[in-house]
Amino acid sequence: MVASTADTVAPAKPLAGLEWTLALPLTAFFAVFFVTPLLLLVVVSLFADSEMTRFGLDQYAKFFGDAFNWKVLGSTLFLGVKVTVLTLLFGYPLAWLYTRSGPRMQSALILVVILPLLTSVVVRTFAWVVILGRDGIVNNLLLTLGLAETPLRLLYTENGLVAALVQVQMPLMVLPLITTLTRLDPNLLDASSALGAGPWRTFFKVTLPLSLPGIVAGCLLTYAASVTAFITQSLVGGGQLLFMPQYIYQQTITLHNWPFAAAISMVFMVSVLGVVMLLNLLGRASKGYIHA
Amino acid sequence: MPDPRRPTWGTFSFGLVMGTLSTAALLLLAAPTLVVLVTSFTDGYSLKFPPPSYSLRWYVSLLDAWQLQDAALTSLQLGVVVTGVSVVLGTAAALAIGRSRKGWARGLDALFMSPLVLPALAFGLASLMFFSTAGIELSFLTLAVGHIVVSVPYVLRTTLASLAQLDPALLESSESLGAGRLYTFRRVTLPTIRNGIGAGAFIAFMSSFDNIPVSLFMADARNEVLPIRMWQILENSLDVRAAAVSGVLIVVTVFAMVVMERVAGLSRQLR
Repeated sequence: MVASTADTVAPAKPLAGLEWTLALPLTAFFAVFFVTPLLLLVVVSLFADSEMTRFGLDQYAKFFGDAFNWKVLGSTLFLGVKVTVLTLLFGYPLAWLYTRSGPRMQSALILVVILPLLTSVVVRTFAWVVILGRDGIVNNLLLTLGLAETPLRLLYTENGLVAALVQVQMPLMVLPLITTLTRLDPNLLDASSALGAGPWRTFFKVTLPLSLPGIVAGCLLTYAASVTAFITQSLVGGGQLLFMPQYIYQQTITLHNWPFAAAISMVFMVSVLGVVMLLNLLGRASKGYIHA
Repeated sequence: MPDPRRPTWGTFSFGLVMGTLSTAALLLLAAPTLVVLVTSFTDGYSLKFPPPSYSLRWYVSLLDAWQLQDAALTSLQLGVVVTGVSVVLGTAAALAIGRSRKGWARGLDALFMSPLVLPALAFGLASLMFFSTAGIELSFLTLAVGHIVVSVPYVLRTTLASLAQLDPALLESSESLGAGRLYTFRRVTLPTIRNGIGAGAFIAFMSSFDNIPVSLFMADARNEVLPIRMWQILENSLDVRAAAVSGVLIVVTVFAMVVMERVAGLSRQLR
C-alpha cells in the first residue's frame, strides 16, 4: 500500500484528541497568577485617591497633567530607541562575522555571545560601575593619555547608561540575527556578485532586506528589555536620571501610592506594547516584501 | 565587469567596516566579564582597575558573609523549585499546542509567551497587589509563583522548537506497530525533545536565579534573594565583596554553560 503520511488519517484511539487537556494546568496557572493580577492592576489604577475609596480617572489625569511625567515616559521610550539602534549597529556585523566563520570559530563566537546573557544582570552592570567609575578604566586611560585633566563623570550619565545597556542587551539582538543570516541562501549572494554588484551593494540590496525578520525580532527583544532594565538604569543611571521602572518602584515601595503606581505601570505597559506591536507590523510587512 | 576575486576598494572598505564593528562588539561583550574577574582579586578596598595588588582576601571574606550566603541559598532553592514546576507545566502545554494549528493553540501560545515582552516590573507590582488583596502573606511560595510565570516561556519556547523537528510519521509508525501512547511518548517523543527541555530548563533556572523585576516586589526580608542583596550592596557601599560574589557566579555560569553545551547542545537550542 502506498500512502503519503500527509493524508493518512490516524485511527481513533482511546485518549486521541484529548491532547489539548495537557494545556489545562498551565492555562489555569496563567489565568490565576498572570491574567488576574494584571486585571487587578487595571482596577487599582482606576481608584481616584491613594486610600482607594472611590473610582475615577484621576490618576491618569494626574500623570498626563504634569510635564515631569511626560519627560520621564519620553526619556524611557527614547532610551530604548538609542540602545536598540546602537545594539543593531554593532550586533549585525558580529552576526555577519558568525556566518562567515568556520565551525570552531562559530562555537567560540556563540559562547562569547551567550555568556553575558547567562551571567547575572547585576554582575554585568557592576562591571560598568568599575569601568566608568572615577578610578575606572576609561578615566585612567584618559588621564594617562593626557586627554583629561581630572577624572570625568561618566557614571550616572545617560551616555554611560546607554553604553552599559548596549552591552547588557547585545545577545538578545545577535542571536535572532544569527538565526536568520545562517538560513540565508548563499547562492543569492554569489549571484549578486556574479552579476557585478560590489560587497556594499550586495549587502544593502540582498543581505539586509532578506534579514529583516531577524532584525525586527532582535529589535523587539532588545527594546523591551532595555526600557525595563531596572538594575542597570538605577546603578549606572544613578539618582539624577529617572526612568519609568524606578518611578514605579518609588511610588510603590517608598510612597505606598498604589493607585498612582498602577496607573503609571499601565501607561508604561501600553506604550511598550505599542512599540512592540509597531515593530511586529513592520516584521510582517517585511516578510511579505521578501516573499513577493 | 570587474573580476570578483580581485580586491577592490569596495571589498576592502566593506571588510574594514564589518571587521571593525564586529571586533568592537566582541570586545564590548567580553570585556566587562573579564574586568569584574580581575577586580575581584584586588587587595585594596576600592574598585580600582587595574587593582594595585592582588589577593584572595575578598573571596575569603565571603566565608563568613552569612547574609550573602543565605541569599544565595534562597536563590538556589527558588531556582530549583521554579525550574521543576516550569518544566512540568511548560512541557505539558508544549505537547498540547505544539502540533495544533488551531486558533486556540495560537492564542494560548501568545498568552504564555507574553511575559517575555511585557515589562516584567509591571507584572511584579501586579503580583504584589494580587497577593495582598487576596490576603495571602508574601512567602517563598508566592515568590516562586511569580518566578514561574516569567520562567515558563523559556521552557515552552525551546520545547516547541524541538517538537517541530519531530516527524509525525514516526508517531504514526510507532502506533501502527502497536505501541501505546505512553510507550510512544517515552521511546519516540521524549528522546527527540529531551535536549529542548534540557536547554529550556537551564535558561529557566538562570532567569529565576537572576530575576530582579518580580523579586523586587515579591521578596520580603525572610526570603531575600541574591540579585536583590547584591543590588543593595552596590547601591549603598560599592563593597568589593560584590566583585568576589560576581567572580564565583561567573565561574559557575561558565562551567554550567560548557556542561550544557556538551549535554544538550545549548547554543543550538537558543537560536
